[in-house]
Order: sequence, then structure tokens, then C-alpha cells
Amino acid sequence: MRHTISVLVENEFGVLSRVSGLFSGRGFNIESLCVAETMDAQVSRMTIVTSGNDQIIEQILKQLNKLIPVLKVIDFTGVDTVDRELVLVKVNADGDGKQEVLRLVDIFRARIVDVAPRCYTIEMTGGEGKVLAFLQMLRPMGIREIVRTGKIAVSRGM
Amino acid sequence: MQMTGAEIFVKALADLGVDVVFGYPGGATINIYDALFKNVKVRHMLCRHEQGAVHMADGYARASGRTGVCLVTSGPGATNTVTGLATAYMDSIPIVVFTGQVPTLLIGNDAFQEADIVGISRPCTKHNYLVKETKDLARIIKESFYIASTGRPGPVLVDMPKDVLIASARYELPKEASLRGYRPTYEGHQRQVESAVRLLLSRERPVVYAGGGIILSNASGELAELSGALSLPVTTTLMGMGAFPGSDPLSLGMLGMHGTYAANMAISHSDVILAVGARFDDRVTGKVSEFAPHAKIIHVDIDPTSIQKNVRVDIPIVGDVKDVLRKMIKLVKGKKEATAFRGKTAAWRGQIASWAKTHPLTYKPSKGKIKPQYVVEQIHKLTKGKAIIATEVGQNQMWAAQFYNYEQPRTFLSSGGLGTMGYGLPAAIGAQVAMPGRLVVDIAGDGSIQMNIQELATAVQYRVPVKVVILNNGSLGMVRQWQELFFDGNYSQTCLPRIPDFVKLAEAYGAKGFRATKPEEVPEVLRKGFAADGPVLIDVITDPGEMVYPMVPAGAGLTEMLLV
Ligand SMILES: Cc1ncc(C[n+]2csc(CCOP(=O)(O)OP(=O)(O)O)c2C)c(N)n1
Ligand SMILES: [Mg+2]
Repeated sequence: MRHTISVLVENEFGVLSRVSGLFSGRGFNIESLCVAETMDAQVSRMTIVTSGNDQIIEQILKQLNKLIPVLKVIDFTGVDTVDRELVLVKVNADGDGKQEVLRLVDIFRARIVDVAPRCYTIEMTGGEGKVLAFLQMLRPMGIREIVRTGKIAVSRGM
Repeated sequence: MQMTGAEIFVKALADLGVDVVFGYPGGATINIYDALFKNVKVRHMLCRHEQGAVHMADGYARASGRTGVCLVTSGPGATNTVTGLATAYMDSIPIVVFTGQVPTLLIGNDAFQEADIVGISRPCTKHNYLVKETKDLARIIKESFYIASTGRPGPVLVDMPKDVLIASARYELPKEASLRGYRPTYEGHQRQVESAVRLLLSRERPVVYAGGGIILSNASGELAELSGALSLPVTTTLMGMGAFPGSDPLSLGMLGMHGTYAANMAISHSDVILAVGARFDDRVTGKVSEFAPHAKIIHVDIDPTSIQKNVRVDIPIVGDVKDVLRKMIKLVKGKKEATAFRGKTAAWRGQIASWAKTHPLTYKPSKGKIKPQYVVEQIHKLTKGKAIIATEVGQNQMWAAQFYNYEQPRTFLSSGGLGTMGYGLPAAIGAQVAMPGRLVVDIAGDGSIQMNIQELATAVQYRVPVKVVILNNGSLGMVRQWQELFFDGNYSQTCLPRIPDFVKLAEAYGAKGFRATKPEEVPEVLRKGFAADGPVLIDVITDPGEMVYPMVPAGAGLTEMLLV
């Protein structure tokens, strides 16, 4: 099963390699990983999307906790969260396809951030389902490149 | 007071009570060596290879319980420590390894003798540091000792660029190390302990499976007390040898691949296992799906990641095994439930005793050839079981575990997790330095001893009177044993043609050399060798065909033992 894990770490050099090395060294997989500073400049947050059976996830959580610069580990599974991902997509925009692209941008509340003669660059944010649906719809037009940030998440409410 | 980084380093070690550093100098650490030259409190022992230095620090730590310290230069000095770090990491041994590094400005430039040792050692250290500024050095040293020696112990590496050692800062050694991301759990959860005891007492066929954690936590007394109160049979892992007295009638000896028949049968037929400070290594469990099929498992460990890792556990307890055992003792000692439990489990103990009786550890004597097991028995007899035994890796290690009855913790020093050939001699030297009054013996193989034989020079230079007994079977015996059993006796690359002459080699180093070639010579040669002053090497020519039994073939269940 897929899990989104939020990890608060000391914002110090080498932490990312400790975390990523833990995953590669123990054969855990990382689907995506985002890192940035939090409100407290000394603390960073990593949002990791991973998958595995219960035993593997338990090991991942415990092994993360064992790292010395790791301050807190939260598994968002079963927690009510808001999660978002940002994608930048370059898509063909010529002939009939152009109108269709504009329509999709409108429907998905995306934005065109760069225009070239036969190509638009579109920025879109959303939950996983929306991102996938958007990319699916654009595919017939001819996608040239996709850049995704990976998922970030925060729990709902207080 | 302002001091250079090098001076801070030496002063911090002295203030932390470090009495000896095992090391090897080079350009990146030369400033420290100058500071050491002027300091009398911290003794430095010059090894002959950095791997030897780390194993010495490790042997020092295992024998004494104090953190071992090692100092090496950048680049090759640092990379030579990797095997030692990995060895200590696998066996949870508290050591701190200090490495020199090229100046900060050159890091990343492929500078002369640069190696990214922080990157290289990350997966084989508990934690590591690159010191960026001289003002941080004392704090980091304090933290490194704290991390190495607390919680589940382990090696810590501190990488110190040369400019950091040259620049000056105020010396301030923090009284306490405080790391908000590192708070080991020492106290076992009381209710969890109560459930564990309730489960234990409700069953009929209990076994305690005790590992190196008992020794690391200095909890042998508690283990003996709990076992005594409930008449619990105890089997130990290789790392747990000495955690429970081998002569105790409740001792089953070692379990696992080369464990005793009684221990493996008891585990396999038990209905409850109390695992303390052990981690269900594959050499212990055999085929996991067939491990202890009838047993409920209680697992006590300070490291949460050890629990539920390899086997399913019914009652996990995270905490220091000493604390948890104390809580258990309190719940059962003198209670009528304990008496009832001892009564209802008597039949089980009878069953175990009959396993032990029908299949004791044994070997077949053969005329004219020295049996390695006999040599170990003779070492035991001669030292009255009171020596500190270090081992190399292979058959020698298994015979040393099987045929020397360990009574005390910290008397069996062996690379269990990594299985590092070349561990024993330097570890024995480190142990002897920590425990000057004790007899320290390295039970060695003719292959392994050559992996760090150069440390004989260290032993001679510093008059460290370790005794090395080589069980010289002219082969990489353990690998040969697998070839014999599973590869049609194709002894591919496992024959060692008795090179070098170990007696002459010992003499060339300035140590004393002895040899035994016939069984009847063994007791006398050992006696003479152990009585001789200074470092001694005893070459015992053993039966090359001898094998370690029992043996559970890799991937088989624990009851599928090959026997003598
Ligand atoms: C550094 C290292 N290389 C290889 C091995 C694999 N290995 C395990 S036991 C063994 C043979 C050891 O030979 P020896 O020291 O003579 O011991 P014996 O088994 O003959 O007693 C080997 C090669 C190892 N454990 N460590
Ligand atoms: Mg050999």
C-alpha cells in the first residue's frame, strides 16, 4: 500500500543523503520526495511517498525515527489530509489541438505560463487524482515534457 | 581559553577520560600528533594498519564496556577504517573513529588524500559528523561519545578537516550532550512487561533466547536472577556467549547454525520464547518460516527497529533489557505463581536435558591428528575458563564458541554480525590494553590471522602479552566445509599451503613462537606458551578434515541439523 510520510529533520547538511541512503540501503522504494524549510529555519520537512506491506512501512517509520537528525515522523495514512502536487507540462498546441488544450486548462483551473509557436507550458496543481486525469486528457495532444514536484501534504483542521 | 583545533581535540579526549587512542598518523592529522606529543594524559598506540586500530578500539570496548577511540588520517587512512566500522556497527559496539580530512576549501576537489568518508561510512556508523568550524569541535566530540555509548551502542565517525584543526577557538566542552532527535527509550512499558510475564507464566515450554544486548546492557546478573526464579532454560547467541554462565544447568549453549542440539530443539519445540537483546539474525533462525512454529514470542530490545523485523512478535517491549528484566524479576520473585510455574515446566526441562544428554557437543578423536576442539578444551582447562577469548572467523570461531565454557560477560570477543576475518588479533590487543591483568587469548585460523598479522608488531612494541593460538588446518576451513558438504568436495581456492612458517614469523616480529604437531604435545605447548612473557604465537597443526557440527544448512529449519 502507498503511504505518505512527513518527516521533520534538522536543517543541516547531509540529512537528505541520510534519508535517501536509508531507503536505498534497505531496499525501500521512494516514489517521490520533497524537501523544504519549515516556519522554523532550523527544521526542514520531507514529504516522502513510499509503498510496501505493513511490516515494511513499520520498518521505514522506525528506521527514519532512528536517524539522529530526524525529529518527528508522521505517517499520513488514515489521517485526513490535504495533499497537492504541482506539475509543469509542455504540450503541443497547434491546429485543432490548441482549442482543446485551452478548454482543458480552463476546466482543470490550470494556467498557461509560457507560450511558444507550437507549444504551451502549463502549470497545474492538484491532488493526485486530478493531476493524473489532467495528464491523461492532454496525452492525445502530444505531451513533450512533464516536470512534477512530488506530493506535499498537511493534515486537515488545527 | 583559545586553543587550536588539535589542542581542543586532545584536551576534550583527556577531559572525557579517554586513556588510550589507537591510531596511525598522516598529513591531515599531523597537528593532532604534535598536540598528543605534548600531552601526557592520553596515550596513543601506533598500530600497523588502520583496520587494526579500529578493531583494537572495538576489542577495548567489548572487554571493558568503555568507548574505544581511534584516530587516523584522511583518504586511505579513513577508508582503511571501513571494515572496522562495519564490524562494530553490526555488533553494536561503542567506538568513536576520528579521521583527518583535507582542508575545507579543498573538499570536493579530488584533493590529495581526499575521500568522502562521511558519505562512505554513513551506512556503517550509528552517526557521523563533518566538523565545519573549530568552535563546534568540542561539542561534536562530546556528542559523538554520547551517541556511541547510549541507547543501542555503535560506532560514530568524526571527520575533521585540517584547517579546522589548525584554527583556534575557545575551548568549551558541554557538560551534557543534548540532541533533540535522539532520545533512546530505556524504561520498558510496565503494562507491556506485565502482559509479557502473564503470557510467559501461562505456557509450559519456555526458553530464553539471549543476545549481545545482555552484555551491552550489563544485565547478566538480572538474566541469571530471572532464570533462577523461574527455572528458565537459556540459550544464547554467538554475541551472547558469557551473558549466562555456561556451567549453569539451565544453560543450553548457543543456538542457530552451529548451535547445540538441545538449544535448537528447545527453540523449535518451545511454546514461548523470551528474546532479550537479540535480533533474530538469519544464522540464528534458520528458515524463518519454520522458526519456533509453536511459540509465542516476547521480544525485548532497546532498538525498536530490531522488533518485528525478521519474525512476528506477540509482545514487543522497547527498553533497556536490564530495566525490563528487573521489572520482570519484581513481578515473579518469591511469588507462588513462580513456584507453580517451576513445577509445571519441570517435564519440559527434563525433555531438554535428555536432548542434551543424547546429543552433546562432541567430536571423534583420531589417532595422531590434533583435533581443534581438543585444543579449545585444553585452553579452557589451562585457563580455568577465566581468560578473555577473542576469535577470528570461520571454524576456529565456532569451536571457540562451542568448546570453551564462558562463565562471564565480556570474555568472548568475536565478530558476529559481519564475520570479519582478521578481527581477533587486534581485538585481543585492544582487550589486553583495557584489562592489563587478564589473560587474553586469540583463537585463530591460519587464514584469518594473516589478515591483520602485522599487529603482532604493535603487541611487541607495546609489550601487550596476548597469546595467539592458531588452529592451523592448512585451509580456509569453513569455506572448505561448505565445499565438502554442498559442492562435491571441490576445494576451490580454499587450500592454504602452510605458508608462512608462523613460528619463524612470530620470532621475526620479536614475539615468541611455539608449535604443536601431535595431540600429546598440546597441553604442554599451551602451558609453556601461556606462561611465556609478552606476545606469543602458538601454531597448532590440526586435522584438516575436521568439520563444525551440529550444522543447520543455510536455508534449512533449525531441527534439520547435520550431526557428528
Ligand atoms: C574478510 C573476510 N573474507 C572472507 C570471508 C569468508 N570466510 C569465512 S570463514 C573463511 C575461512 C577462514 O579461514 P581460517 O581463518 O583459516 O579459519 P578456519 O575456518 O580454517 O578455522 C572465509 C574465507 C570472511 N569471513 N571475511
Ligand atoms: Mg584454517
